[in-house]
Amino acid sequence: MKEAAGVRKVNIIKKLKKDMSLWMFCVPGIILTFIFSYIPMYGVQIAFRKFNAKAGIWGSEWVGLRYFERFINSPYFGTTIRNTLILSLYGLVVSFPIPIILALMLNSFRHPRYRKVIQTVTYAPNFISTVVMCGMIILFLSPSVGIINNIITALGGDAVNFMAKKEFWRHIYVWTGVWQGMGWSSIIYFAALSGISPELHEAARCDGATKFQLIRHIDLPSILPTATILLIMNCGSILSIGFEKAYLLQNDLNLTVSEIISTYVYKVGLIDNNMSYSTAIGLFNTLVNLILLIIVNKTSDKLSGTSLW
Amino acid sequence: MEKTILKQKKKIKRCKEDVVFDAILFIVLSVILVVVAYPLYWVIISSISEPASVSGGEVVWRPIGFTLKGYKEVFDNDSVVRGFLNSLFYTFCGVIVNLVVTLPTAYALSRDRFGGKKVVTIFYMITMFFSGGLIPTYLVIKSLSMLNSMWALILPGSLSVYNMIVARTFFKSNISEELYEAAEIDGCTQGQFFFKVALPLSSAIIAILVLYYGVGHWNAYFSALVYISDANKYPLQLVLRNILITNATALAQTATTEAARAALREKQAIIDVMKYSLIIISSIPVMVLYPFIQKHFVKGVMVGSIKG
Repeated sequence: MKEAAGVRKVNIIKKLKKDMSLWMFCVPGIILTFIFSYIPMYGVQIAFRKFNAKAGIWGSEWVGLRYFERFINSPYFGTTIRNTLILSLYGLVVSFPIPIILALMLNSFRHPRYRKVIQTVTYAPNFISTVVMCGMIILFLSPSVGIINNIITALGGDAVNFMAKKEFWRHIYVWTGVWQGMGWSSIIYFAALSGISPELHEAARCDGATKFQLIRHIDLPSILPTATILLIMNCGSILSIGFEKAYLLQNDLNLTVSEIISTYVYKVGLIDNNMSYSTAIGLFNTLVNLILLIIVNKTSDKLSGTSLW
Repeated sequence: MEKTILKQKKKIKRCKEDVVFDAILFIVLSVILVVVAYPLYWVIISSISEPASVSGGEVVWRPIGFTLKGYKEVFDNDSVVRGFLNSLFYTFCGVIVNLVVTLPTAYALSRDRFGGKKVVTIFYMITMFFSGGLIPTYLVIKSLSMLNSMWALILPGSLSVYNMIVARTFFKSNISEELYEAAEIDGCTQGQFFFKVALPLSSAIIAILVLYYGVGHWNAYFSALVYISDANKYPLQLVLRNILITNATALAQTATTEAARAALREKQAIIDVMKYSLIIISSIPVMVLYPFIQKHFVKGVMVGSIKG
């Protein structure tokens, strides 16, 4: 028994030696990821402590779940979670199917040159930075110089201050997201579609299938696994809408619909300097996401056999 | 003979329903094209039009007048020029760090003989689903005294797991283990093999990584918002935010006389046009890269989508 353990030990050392150079390849990434991802994970415990910069993480007083309770009892709990959920679900319902439809349309389009043009143009907005994107939105919708309001007034209507009206905010957020992302998101489906054997289409053609039937019975089923995986991933991040766009489009007049968890975490933590409270909210968010991801993945595994792991 | 058969085939193929279908497709896709392209086009024509006609709403289909006042205003703005140069520098350094960290990791994980494959993969997978969050990361950066330094923007995201997987899949399917075994017999070490054989064969994946990481650095503003407070070190996106979103350039004075009011209106119009010029100038570096790397897009996404 002892001998076996010894042999195993020697084996491990031998293996490590053999892999030494490959391990060296991994060292820079491991060190950096450890410092910037794992140490913060360990630092997340300040969510359970009353953080005091002088005393450091260990010296700060342990307060247990106080900050979580405070968040759940605060009026922001309902607002931020509701805003995040609505924005996220609205975004998902709209921006998930559109790239699929676009890819299906492009795939059965008969003019390869024109298709190339359409693809090149629709990919481009993906590379516009969030700041520029939001700048464009604000400029376009501006009540005094914006082109949208110029058109409205030219048609005899009254200029609308879109950014100040909270009922427009979610639509602006989601549909500009579609404008920016649909082309880029369609690439993955387009790539999956170009993997379909042309014989399938030809055979269906011989049997008299119309183009629409080809899409319905060949193209759509063949991109379904890709779509499912992406849907699972999207559902897993339903509570983690990015900070950047929402923060930039916020103003005092639309704050009741535009304050989402990530912007609130930022404001509490770095503007109000309430670090423990902010970390607690962030941790709460991460945990909910993780649970959602696991549930969606399990469900999908049961229903369709497609799962992430 | 064959040609006529082909022609016949084509005729048979296009039944009535298909003709209607093709027409609808053509119209819908053309509408999409216009909807996506028009705002971009409008920004371009507005940036070179007379400021007064832009704010008057006359610019719709083509530029009215031609002036580079907006561009001049941009170049006269010190903070924009400084931000532009800062961003170029951060992006350049950032991409180099990204490549130095990502490529070797991806290569090691692509080798079947590597015993640590599973452990290292799990090490990275965990970071995809769980993170410390904003404040704990901020505290780490602060304790390393990297606040207000370029490293706070570069090091934390030095390895994106998604990009690493894309590169790993590329190495796996393009640099075979047999190739290394052959080189090993001739006395080649893994290090030599990586630099002299694997990297020169991987220009496609390097191009894709440069684009993904480069655009990421160029467009990033959140990390700078959190970690950089010295205005001289602001990257371009933060300067843009101050001008485009919080409107730092808006004129505060109020004019009393009619002449002063007119002057003020003109100044405000120029500032508005300057915003369009600013949007164009800030996009130039990405637009320069775009055509070179565009042909790799589909390939890059394909590579990334293969599980394994």
